[in-house]
Amino acid sequence: MVGLATVFGAGGGTSSYQEAEAADVIVMWGSNARNAHPIFFHHVLTAVNQGAKLYVVDPRRSETAQFADRWLGLHVGTDIALSNTIAREIIHAGLTNMSFVERATTGYDEYAASVEPWTLERGEQVTGVPADAIRELAHAYARAEAAQLCWTLGITEHHNGVDNVLSLCNLAILTGQVGRYGAGLTPLRGQNNVQGGGDMGALPNKLPGFQDIVDDQARAKFDAEWGVTVPSEDGWHLTQMFEAMERGDLRSVFVIGENPAQSEADVHRAVELLRDLDHLVVLDIYLTKTAELADVVLPGSASWCESDGTVTNSERRVQRVRKALDPPGDARDDIDILLDLARHLGHDWHYDDHEEIWDELRRLSPMHAGMSWARLETLGGIQWPCPSDDQLEPPYLHGRLWADDPDQLGRRAPFTVVVDDPPVEALSDHYPLRLTTGRRLDSYNTGVQSGGYRSPNRLGETLDLSPEDAHRLGVADGEQVRISSARGQVVAPARIDPGLRPGLVFMTFHFPDEVDVNQLTIDATDPKAGTAEFKAAAVRVERLTHVSTPT
Amino acid sequence: MSRSTTPSHDAESTVTLSIDGTDVSVPEGTTLLDACGGKGCGIPTLCYGDTITPKNACRVCMVEVEGSRVLVPSCSRQAEQGMVVRTRSQRVDHARKMVLEFLGSSVDLSLTDHITEWNAEYGADPGRYGADAQTVAQPVKIDNDLYVRDYAKCILCYQCVDACGEQWQNSFVIDIAGRGFAAHVSTENDVPLPDSACVYCGNCIQVCPTGALMFKTEHDMREAGSWQPDHQTTTDTICAFCGVGCNLTLHVQDNTIVKVSSPPDSPITHGNLCIKGRFGFQHAQNRPDET
Repeated sequence: MVGLATVFGAGGGTSSYQEAEAADVIVMWGSNARNAHPIFFHHVLTAVNQGAKLYVVDPRRSETAQFADRWLGLHVGTDIALSNTIAREIIHAGLTNMSFVERATTGYDEYAASVEPWTLERGEQVTGVPADAIRELAHAYARAEAAQLCWTLGITEHHNGVDNVLSLCNLAILTGQVGRYGAGLTPLRGQNNVQGGGDMGALPNKLPGFQDIVDDQARAKFDAEWGVTVPSEDGWHLTQMFEAMERGDLRSVFVIGENPAQSEADVHRAVELLRDLDHLVVLDIYLTKTAELADVVLPGSASWCESDGTVTNSERRVQRVRKALDPPGDARDDIDILLDLARHLGHDWHYDDHEEIWDELRRLSPMHAGMSWARLETLGGIQWPCPSDDQLEPPYLHGRLWADDPDQLGRRAPFTVVVDDPPVEALSDHYPLRLTTGRRLDSYNTGVQSGGYRSPNRLGETLDLSPEDAHRLGVADGEQVRISSARGQVVAPARIDPGLRPGLVFMTFHFPDEVDVNQLTIDATDPKAGTAEFKAAAVRVERLTHVSTPT
Repeated sequence: MSRSTTPSHDAESTVTLSIDGTDVSVPEGTTLLDACGGKGCGIPTLCYGDTITPKNACRVCMVEVEGSRVLVPSCSRQAEQGMVVRTRSQRVDHARKMVLEFLGSSVDLSLTDHITEWNAEYGADPGRYGADAQTVAQPVKIDNDLYVRDYAKCILCYQCVDACGEQWQNSFVIDIAGRGFAAHVSTENDVPLPDSACVYCGNCIQVCPTGALMFKTEHDMREAGSWQPDHQTTTDTICAFCGVGCNLTLHVQDNTIVKVSSPPDSPITHGNLCIKGRFGFQHAQNRPDET
């Protein structure tokens, strides 16, 4: 969100799912959507079946890559090297959309100079992707009538995730592949309502509707509506909160529907910090590992089936969720819990129903103003921005960048010089393999939700490795192996995956109770977004029968 | 290079045709079924689905078009200028009666919507062919915990094959195997589902018109006599897993989700879901006293 907001002024994907069907070139970069976002990928497949070209950029020859016209199997963490090489090729082939660059962007000359060293040869050498594949993607993307550039956590879960996003934004504005129907940038949100959380101001520097906390005018509006003084300084993101716990500046934490005791990178440290707090309150629908550490646990309700409200999806569509079930036992609606809590803290918040809370949001957030519940019901959800009660905006953002009138065009989209910056943890003789993590189709995150049903395809945790590495290590398919990083070690069965290249191993993080993969991952984080580098750790794999000294 | 800012729509031209003596004007390309009012307009349909290109397999929606030697399937035949269509005639009714009898005598249509009403309407009596006519009778295939396949109820409408294949899921796990009376929906080499490439999206269940493909929860409750559609509510909401935001319809009986579908008219899902959306609901109701 930070990257897109920097370039375009709005922290959301620029396109709608249906626009993928209108694209003639689709690039899936660091996204295994076939498994992680299967119904979005249906739209991509519709395009592919109509003749669109699909390029997949991923270290693994993933299930998504199997549908691609061309798979670009880059080394983990070389995304910026690849995008800079693509940019140089576009520029040198004369495929830059100069009329768009001149009217709608800034900083082109500096950017063009910065990518100049990235010849196809150097790109191939650094990324491991054959030069002709880089060239083909560059030409196809630049020449497309309408190209979609989609990404997921393969781009963001790096220590330089924001720079990765900026490097993709550079490609879009270099070629004018944004702000038109079918052409755009689509970040697929990993979790339900991540977009909605941002919309509602659950970001350390934003009020609802992405209004800046440091903006006095915006804050004054909230002060007036709420009858309080909203703090005027940015707060902390998750990683900064853990740093504050470490410093002793943060002593009480209220966790709602998160499981940091299992989901954080370098999870040992996270658990210790949570354990040392003066007061930990957890509101959840399960007694999670985090809840087990809590002083007080508040049993909440499942927002998608035991409560009324809204969520926002990856195409910025605000959608109604509805209560279908009564929560079990003494569990209560989350909003009732929060209202009671406020009352005990001396604030009598009063709402007759959940819709009244939404209407308050509509008064405060211009981008949501036109989204009454009645209208959301009739239209099956509405995409932001929606300032008007009776009109809808186009399904894509930033059409303004194509306007002839400079006033209408508004702020130009800046190119950003981004520098290739390999993963924090380099490979070494001691830890010679690159571990990357991701999801499988039938499981989800730490398995709290997806563990509840019996999938016939569920594998449990495995250490996936290439046939070449398996042969070299003398490891048979299914054999238990020890995986060690500088932070910890786990044991899991090996699974030989021909989709992996030598040197690359893969694990999920779906089964932390059995195999706690986040003991291995590194908590190097992006300074701008706070996202941890789950995608790149250095590890060693050993047969259990030939264990050398454990670390 | 042209840079359009909105999707281009060709100017729609209309055609006028006569349906049962009434002139009707519809956009060019409209099917006869849609010109008559679409699914549920009175023309019976079996293999026609909301989200699948018609395969013209069942022949129950046939109508008479003046000048045409044979009856035509209304679900896929497009309206033409000046066409004279009869949705009911002795010939049409007779054809529908025979289709309903042939299918109804060989296949178990007990869970097919509207079947009793259509049999009465067209005077179809599938029972008159005797028990020997039940050529597809066979045990229910139960080889996983999520859904069952009861091919005694299969009319070979192809919808599951198309939903699994190029039209939606692109998994290509099932196809029609065998010929003539031996034709049947099959996995590769007829292997059980867990040995196939099935990803358990359940998009085949969503389109099955006869109940041949069914959630195991529903199958088990029917076996136990506890399946009570009259006591069920449906609530539209949004899936709680990834950030795509798929529309779900929760089918609830006794404060328990018993089945999940997706609205066919959703522009996000077109009625499709993945395994998590379709079957991942248990996490909301795996309560300590039940597991």
